[in-house]
Amino acid sequence: MQRKKLTVLALGGVLGSGLLTAAWPGQTPVAKKSARADTVAGKRLFERHCALCHGIDGKGGRGPALNRAKLPHAPDDTALKSVIADGIPPNMPGGWYLSDGDVANLAAFVRSLSKIASDSVPGDAARGAAVYAKSGCSACHIRDGAGVGYGPDLTGIADRRSAEFLLKAIRKPASVLPEDFLFVKVTTASGDTMDGIRANEDTFTIQIKDSGGRYHSLRKEELKELRKLRGESPMPAFEGILSAADIQDLVAYLTSQRGKQ
Amino acid sequence: MRVFFAALLCAILSAVTFGQVPFERIVNADNEPGNWLTYSRDLLGHRYSPLNEITAENVANLKVKWAFQFPNDRSEVSPLVVDAVMYVTGPHWAAALDAHTGRRLWTWNRPIPQDYHNIGFGQVNRGPAVLDDKLYVTTLDCYLVALDLKSGAELWSTKVGDYKLGYSMTVAPLAIAGKIVVGVSGGEAGIRGFVDAYDAKTGKQAWRFWTIPGPGEPGHETWAGESWKTGGGPTWVTGVYDPELKLVYWGVGNPGPDWNGDARKGDDLYSCSFVALDAETGKLRWHFQFTPHDTHDWDAAHTPVLFDAKMDGRDRKLIASANRNAFYYLLDRETGEFLAGRPYAKQTWANGLDAKGRPIMAPDSEPTEKGALIWPNLNGATVWFSPSYSPQTELFYVAVREIGSVYFKRDSEYKPGTFYGGGGEDELPPDDAWGEIRALEAKTGDTKWNFKLHSPPWAGVLSTAGGLVFSGSDEGNFYALDARTGKPLWDFQTGGAIGANPISFTVDGQQRVAISADRVLYVFGF
Repeated sequence: MQRKKLTVLALGGVLGSGLLTAAWPGQTPVAKKSARADTVAGKRLFERHCALCHGIDGKGGRGPALNRAKLPHAPDDTALKSVIADGIPPNMPGGWYLSDGDVANLAAFVRSLSKIASDSVPGDAARGAAVYAKSGCSACHIRDGAGVGYGPDLTGIADRRSAEFLLKAIRKPASVLPEDFLFVKVTTASGDTMDGIRANEDTFTIQIKDSGGRYHSLRKEELKELRKLRGESPMPAFEGILSAADIQDLVAYLTSQRGKQ
Repeated sequence: MRVFFAALLCAILSAVTFGQVPFERIVNADNEPGNWLTYSRDLLGHRYSPLNEITAENVANLKVKWAFQFPNDRSEVSPLVVDAVMYVTGPHWAAALDAHTGRRLWTWNRPIPQDYHNIGFGQVNRGPAVLDDKLYVTTLDCYLVALDLKSGAELWSTKVGDYKLGYSMTVAPLAIAGKIVVGVSGGEAGIRGFVDAYDAKTGKQAWRFWTIPGPGEPGHETWAGESWKTGGGPTWVTGVYDPELKLVYWGVGNPGPDWNGDARKGDDLYSCSFVALDAETGKLRWHFQFTPHDTHDWDAAHTPVLFDAKMDGRDRKLIASANRNAFYYLLDRETGEFLAGRPYAKQTWANGLDAKGRPIMAPDSEPTEKGALIWPNLNGATVWFSPSYSPQTELFYVAVREIGSVYFKRDSEYKPGTFYGGGGEDELPPDDAWGEIRALEAKTGDTKWNFKLHSPPWAGVLSTAGGLVFSGSDEGNFYALDARTGKPLWDFQTGGAIGANPISFTVDGQQRVAISADRVLYVFGF
């Protein structure tokens, strides 16, 4: 095997949380539109023909991750089937040898990778909006154009995350960090310290977004210390700050826009 | 335009042999260190430049001299430079550039057939070969094409394999005396691989070595039933040549299907092996299999490195390789005898090598239905991009990928010209994987130094007599390290993932270093 992976320069947890949404345990894939398509058959075909580049679970590898709500080359199912059948020249080969039924099954399986469980959400969305406002969420998140873009953008978050995930993220953010999210602390040569979310990194430099949403680009050799706080988040665990009812209302508010994006 | 013509004139005047690269020039490449006449600069696979204008002391002053934009993305080319003319290739495309300015002198291209499908790899080309008055290029639809070195005119083209069966070519050909040696891709399509040699003048096939022995041939018994017919064994990375022993050394890729070995019980020779072939006849002189009955896609798709050294008090002609399976090997290149081997990167699949270099398999090291976490991942601890050997430091420099993955086994069904893999993998997340440039004592495989990279690399290594090692990162860094210590001395952000091999050459006596980064070729100098 010789193909080179298509590199995704990780834009940290900030953008990544939306773009690279991973399937998380407990999520139930649901195939809706392609009611006749067989996701189980699609999975078998995927493992045989697609897994080499997209990973056995579609989480990406040398090819991009497919477990995301919006696929740039496949805005709708018709486009997705075309991509599967014809490929994306020059690097993605097409499944020209597959039957229409196989292509439909594959498309259904690919869509199932990013389906958000349509779980019913208890709680009062209107009250949740008030909780959102009083709890200072907008000091770190943008929603509908308002707020500070430190943490993930919450506009349309319900199309990328299930209610169950959001509940966990509010209660205890570190328990459900996005795959490529990294909180870092640096000490510069002059002894200044700074923490923030990694926006990008290469062998020689790192780009960090601080809590004010400002970006800092630093050369690693000029740092006294670069601490990668894996499994940590700058977001407080709200389970000790808000009541269970408040958190449930907040989730209801965040999921109230589902399907509008 | 004046500069352009001056450059041409300069090239013509500076070398009476302009447009002529007799094989002797390639054999004696060290006599003209300002040129880069074959894939690895020399026939021995060193990717070492004897140029020493750029040193540890001054490398920090390197600047971009010019850049060239390819018509294709993700260039993996290793250019050639002959008398201040640079030759580059892409899929179904080649060009001659003025090495002073990067301006194009001529272009050749031909269409990719509409029904061509690349199976298991990207549409790339890794470089040309030059011999006498011709440039040699391989095509995705599996032709070897000879071009007029001066004009780019197509002189002949020979069909090497049938792309409709999954055969393809991305390899840079190897020019030896009077012949052009090539290999094929298709290890994920159930091909039966081969190494071919063609008459350099006419394009007529000189010999073929099947990497999977047919009925009645030694090694055929290492394949169960009819599995040999679709057994893979591609030969997609440029080999090397010993002009004294007159042996061609070539790496053979994975058996097929990749991750499900149930239907091909046995060692599956000569997959995942180095083969030594008689340059005149293509007959097998010896073979060494690194990974018998591979189920992880660990092709021995490497450019071998040839050097001589005293071992156990005896002068030895050696062949070395840091294999995709994470072990470094030293063999006698006259006989194929295993001399030494040890891991150079994290691996969990073998409990070492036995006295003959055969791996002692660790339990639970095969792909399974549920998935098995194994190091290295399917791309290996290193892969097609070249290592470098410096005769100055006697170190073997290799770009290492420290990454494991969960391997899955699935059913597979052979259908001509389609993917035939039998499973796949899930790579570990990015922060659980990284890369290193590792300097190994060539004679022992002991690690002399490491330089850590943010992610597993896809770029080859160049070492120079200036005491430097150049390589690139997947995040676009092109950088220079101290060849003796690994200390970083200079880096440049190219803006594109680097998946190519660096080279070095001169124009007007001034040293240059070149690397492709995505779709741009950068040339650096003072």
